[in-house]
Amino acid sequence: MDKQLAIKTSGQMFSFNRRVKTVIISVILLGIIIGVFIAGFFIGDDAMSVDFSRKGLKPSWEYPFGTDWLGRNMLLRTVKGLSISIMVGTIASAVSAVLATIIGVAAAIGNRWVDNVIVWLIDLMMGVPHLVLLILISFACGRGLTGLLTGIAVTHWTSLARLVRAEVLQIRSQQYITISRRLGKSLGWILLHHILPHVLPQFVVGLVLLFPHAILHESSLSFLGYGLPPEQPAIGIILAESMKYLTGGMWWLAFFPGITLVLIVILFDKLGENLKMLLDPYSAHE
Amino acid sequence: MQLEANNIYFRYTAKTPFILQDVSFSVREGERVGVVSPSGYGKTTFVKILAGHEQPTKGQVLLDGKPLAPKGALPVQLISQHPENAVNPRWKMQKVLEEAGQLRPEVLTAMGIEPEWLTRYPRELSGGELQRFCVARALCADTRFLIADEISTMLDAITQAQIWRYLLSEVDRRGIGLVVVTHNPALAGRICTRVVDLRDINHIEREQEKYMT
Repeated sequence: MDKQLAIKTSGQMFSFNRRVKTVIISVILLGIIIGVFIAGFFIGDDAMSVDFSRKGLKPSWEYPFGTDWLGRNMLLRTVKGLSISIMVGTIASAVSAVLATIIGVAAAIGNRWVDNVIVWLIDLMMGVPHLVLLILISFACGRGLTGLLTGIAVTHWTSLARLVRAEVLQIRSQQYITISRRLGKSLGWILLHHILPHVLPQFVVGLVLLFPHAILHESSLSFLGYGLPPEQPAIGIILAESMKYLTGGMWWLAFFPGITLVLIVILFDKLGENLKMLLDPYSAHE
Repeated sequence: MQLEANNIYFRYTAKTPFILQDVSFSVREGERVGVVSPSGYGKTTFVKILAGHEQPTKGQVLLDGKPLAPKGALPVQLISQHPENAVNPRWKMQKVLEEAGQLRPEVLTAMGIEPEWLTRYPRELSGGELQRFCVARALCADTRFLIADEISTMLDAITQAQIWRYLLSEVDRRGIGLVVVTHNPALAGRICTRVVDLRDINHIEREQEKYMT
């Protein structure tokens, strides 16, 4: 028995099946994202230091992303900007995902009219163009970081809430829920033990897949001037500023920050896809 | 103790015809009643109402003269035809059993449940293995009436015999009232003290229904 067990575990450790590969890739992706985030924290104000002796330098080994018209190191500014973007994205998508889960579960287990109101609200939110709603809300909430976070958090929950609602409705009608009731379990117990664990994978995957949206919307809002204040080197601000200098031939001001933003978004997207694969019950033992 | 159904009517919506009409039925503690009828005559719907899984459109199910409590552990437990729908696919079998209260080792051995199955997920067990868990779960401490809705239809003869042998001994020992829904007249004859044909107690107008649907 012990020997059998030992063989089993050693086999699991050394054979690289699809699941293990996915875990390794996910950890690497997460590592890169966290690395960028932490690196941004250690970049102080010297990233913003102005040095006219090196202004407008093309990308070189010393300044891989070049320098801007004030001689600021673009690599450091970009990393700082990405770090801010990741932080904003994390907070906004976490709030949004929690909101989505609560609303989705409420719709599915609440009264008929609660459900109707929530479904109507979801349709309404999805019907209005996203960016317009975002600008309106963040402007109404006083621009800056708070306005931005509120705007992103309260506009991104809709599709996940709809998914959670459908999921809970489906689970609620299962026979084992009725049996659980007849075995004397309370609604709260059933919610906690039967329903929420079922929704957890949707929650986690939804959370991670909200990131790219949140980050891109944060950048677009900042780019349009409704988001973060100009003194912060957010990617949106960097891109907006660079527009003025693009015609002067300083292409690297927009190119590198833009491409790294896209890369981070792709990393998050891949991470989300990997998590989806890992948490799917039908591949849980592969 | 007595479980009785008084003048039960049931239909899914106000527009669809009645499936059950004026059905009355009762079973006493220690009694073993078979419910038979061809497919589609509402056997499963009827026992679901009896076990409180569905609410009747009209009529009442009484346990000792009182309606079934909507909350708390119900002394009437139903074992269904499809064990794979009756357990949470994300739970290990140990948790499935413990939902009905503390695990009793003697039940596991009597039902032929291997200890190593407890750490598995439902989809890693066969239908017969799962059904043993469902029977063990339904026989929790408070159960006074057990309703077996074609619980052994999809099992091989040996597994059927094993499950029924344990189930009957437990039912006898605890004086549990048993309602057996089955298509198998031999099984009904062997197990039951009394057999009821749902066609005789369900006063549905068959002819009318034929034209309506």
